[in-house]
Amino acid sequence: MKRLMINKIVLLLSTFAAIIGLVFLAWILTTLFLKGIDAINWTLFTKDLIDGGLRNLIFGQFVMALVATIIGVPLGMLAGIYLREYGRGVYVNIIRDLNDIMMSAPSIVIGSFVFVVVVVPSGGINGWAGSIALAIMLIPIVVSTTDNMLSLVPTELREAGIALGGSKHKVVLDIVLKAAKVGLMTGILLAFARIIGETAPLLFTSGTNSFWTTNLNNAFPSLTVSIYDLANFPTDKARNLAWAASFILTITVLIINLVGRFITRDKG
Amino acid sequence: MAKELIMDIKDFSFKYAGAPKPSLMNINLPVYKNKITAMIGPSGCGKSTLLRSINRIHDLYPNNEYTGEINLLNIQKNEFENILDIKKENEFIKLRQRVGMIFQKPTPFPMSIYDNVAYGLRLSGLKDKNILDEKVEKALKGAAIWDETKDRLKESAMGMSGGQQQRLCIARAVALKPEVILFDEPTSALDPISTKAIEELISELKEFVSIVIVTHNMQQASRLSDFTAFMYIGELIEYNKTDKIFLNPKEKLTEDYITGRFG
Amino acid sequence: MNRELIFKRVAFSSATLILVLLLSIFIMLFVSAKPAMSEYGLHFLVESNWGKIVKIKSDKSKAISQKTKRSADKSDDLFADEDSPMFSDQTMPGNDQSEQVVKTKTIYGGFVPIMGTILSTLIAMVFSMPIAMGIAVFLSEIAPKIIVKPVGIAIELLAAIPSIIYGMWGLFYFAPLIQKVIGGSQISLLTAGLVLGIMILPFMAAITRDAMNTTPDVLKESAYSLGATKFEVVKDIIFPYAKVGIIGSVILSLGRALGETMAVAFLIGSVFKISGSLTSPSISIPVVLANNFGEADPQMMSALFYLAFILFILSFGIIALAKFYFLRGRR
Repeated sequence: MKRLMINKIVLLLSTFAAIIGLVFLAWILTTLFLKGIDAINWTLFTKDLIDGGLRNLIFGQFVMALVATIIGVPLGMLAGIYLREYGRGVYVNIIRDLNDIMMSAPSIVIGSFVFVVVVVPSGGINGWAGSIALAIMLIPIVVSTTDNMLSLVPTELREAGIALGGSKHKVVLDIVLKAAKVGLMTGILLAFARIIGETAPLLFTSGTNSFWTTNLNNAFPSLTVSIYDLANFPTDKARNLAWAASFILTITVLIINLVGRFITRDKG
Repeated sequence: MAKELIMDIKDFSFKYAGAPKPSLMNINLPVYKNKITAMIGPSGCGKSTLLRSINRIHDLYPNNEYTGEINLLNIQKNEFENILDIKKENEFIKLRQRVGMIFQKPTPFPMSIYDNVAYGLRLSGLKDKNILDEKVEKALKGAAIWDETKDRLKESAMGMSGGQQQRLCIARAVALKPEVILFDEPTSALDPISTKAIEELISELKEFVSIVIVTHNMQQASRLSDFTAFMYIGELIEYNKTDKIFLNPKEKLTEDYITGRFG
Repeated sequence: MNRELIFKRVAFSSATLILVLLLSIFIMLFVSAKPAMSEYGLHFLVESNWGKIVKIKSDKSKAISQKTKRSADKSDDLFADEDSPMFSDQTMPGNDQSEQVVKTKTIYGGFVPIMGTILSTLIAMVFSMPIAMGIAVFLSEIAPKIIVKPVGIAIELLAAIPSIIYGMWGLFYFAPLIQKVIGGSQISLLTAGLVLGIMILPFMAAITRDAMNTTPDVLKESAYSLGATKFEVVKDIIFPYAKVGIIGSVILSLGRALGETMAVAFLIGSVFKISGSLTSPSISIPVVLANNFGEADPQMMSALFYLAFILFILSFGIIALAKFYFLRGRR
């Protein structure tokens, strides 16, 4: 029967597509792991880039992502709370749509925006600019997560809180946010994982720095920006360092993702 | 009226993949030709599971286990074949064309009214436009919605009311001229007026096909069916002519259920 | 003011921040691009030179329309460096004394990066779409349950890997392979597009699968009970039912590919040239920005912002299209 033949062929093709996809992805991961494990050693964590290590870069990337999270999470959560708990009508829907658009905005464009509004006025690249660029990437993700997670909290819970005489913001802060805690935590973790791997928005905001610094007013060390520099540097030593850095970055991102998954599975 | 068997279920047991114990145990149930057989019982008694075994729709999901026989009459050869022996894809397709199914909620496909009814026919290889037109019209008439749909055959089926959609689904099944149609609580999502229309349709349909219907509505079972099977926690408790079951049940459990003492 | 009101206002301001941010991005990019916009106008979109220095003869201080300056001497077309000492910005009316002053100006055009962006995105989509659809069909309809979960998680994790990793892998491992198989240069539009495709693959597969999974089981069972095969169910039921979501997913992936910098930057070659062959190097908008932002003079900077503005509008338009036409009510 012809129908059955077609059916079989298409199913085989789909399975084949899945295999192709997985092969590529396995290829990327094994490459990364083999090269990474080869290149990695403990001195990478004790020396700065100028001495052939990654310490300052790891620290810098983490600090910028952390500062971005500290700036972005409260703003994003407040905006999400407004959308879900307070807002009504057209305005809320417009903000939601714009937020989705923001979430898909090219990261390099966000970098150029921060260049104009932060880097130029402050006279040069610096860690704050990098953090702000990352925060702008983070905010829409947190808004969307908060909005979605709060929508899962049953209305009765809010009504019960109000019925006990709580004011609305009390109910939101004490009851609704608590009820959605697990989902929110996961969302924030995933958002953090997303921004910590970003390169494009940092290229001309924080730049990178070969030296140890904790001063966000300086050009700030960035692991990802340095990977880009190192990989394009024609020596094996630089490339190996780039692989080691990529390995560390990927492992970090994957672990955060897995932790996020684990938390939701545990409680959900 | 002579009673002629179309299907005979023997010692049938069924266990869902990964379930600790079987959902159906040693079911023995005859299904007579051009009669309506109703299956009643409280939720979770296994009546839908049994119904879904008859066209092997369970096999879309792997690792279910079953034993026993479900014998279906092969009209051409005039002999019974155990449908549980089916393994090949094309035999499944044939079985499902012979045993149609109507679900709890109407399931119009995302296409026009005409294409919905023609879908099964086209799958079975029918291409001739004139014959298709003819069969679609006949099926829609058979399902008593021809008058409502003849001027809007090209419109999407999603725009119809729930009752109309359910009758469309019946037309879609009828178009394939199945030998048996399985109804899985076909009116549970409908309003009383649509329900009445569907019930009338089902009793008309038995002239052409044999019908098995699962329902949780006992009035429906008593109004519609010729035979009734009462099931409870995976077992067939009692099977008889409908009037006997409702007027003079043999088992205490059946009586309790019918009189509304539980369920 | 009571606390309730304060809280509400603060929350409202935060929500409005989204609007403000998006508006300021639009405005700041526009303002920064303004000099280039007024200098090159829409001709920027079709001008294929970038940083080409041309002479302008200014007789009688009547500036000749800058756009028609193609007659420039070839020998002057040095490696067009933005730091060229010969650069001068505009014809200043004041110091235009002699009749035979040879002035130079630099022409920036966006044609090559715009084409490079479109072509690399196109290659990526052509490559990844069938595979992503295959994976989605595999995950939602074919694969046994035991496989669905781990493969699904693997795909989602891969979507989370930073794009710079894809770029680096592409440069050192994938491009040499492609060169062996197809020939051409390792650094090319083709390899950049393919790596971009591999990068968006997990994302597209994951969200397409989610869209397909919205098809109710009972609808599929209905089709099976009419004797449909799996393929027929996918083709006639799942695709039509989930059409809107699937198209939306594809467009979202398209938007992601369009704005991607790092996966492309390693491989596209950063050459301002678009030749007939896909196996030669070229450049895309994000890569122009990434590589030139640091050391650009004001004129070039403005041209870069013109490009950034174009990219922003493109991506905004595409995402808005996806939202308003295809993803309505999916929240």
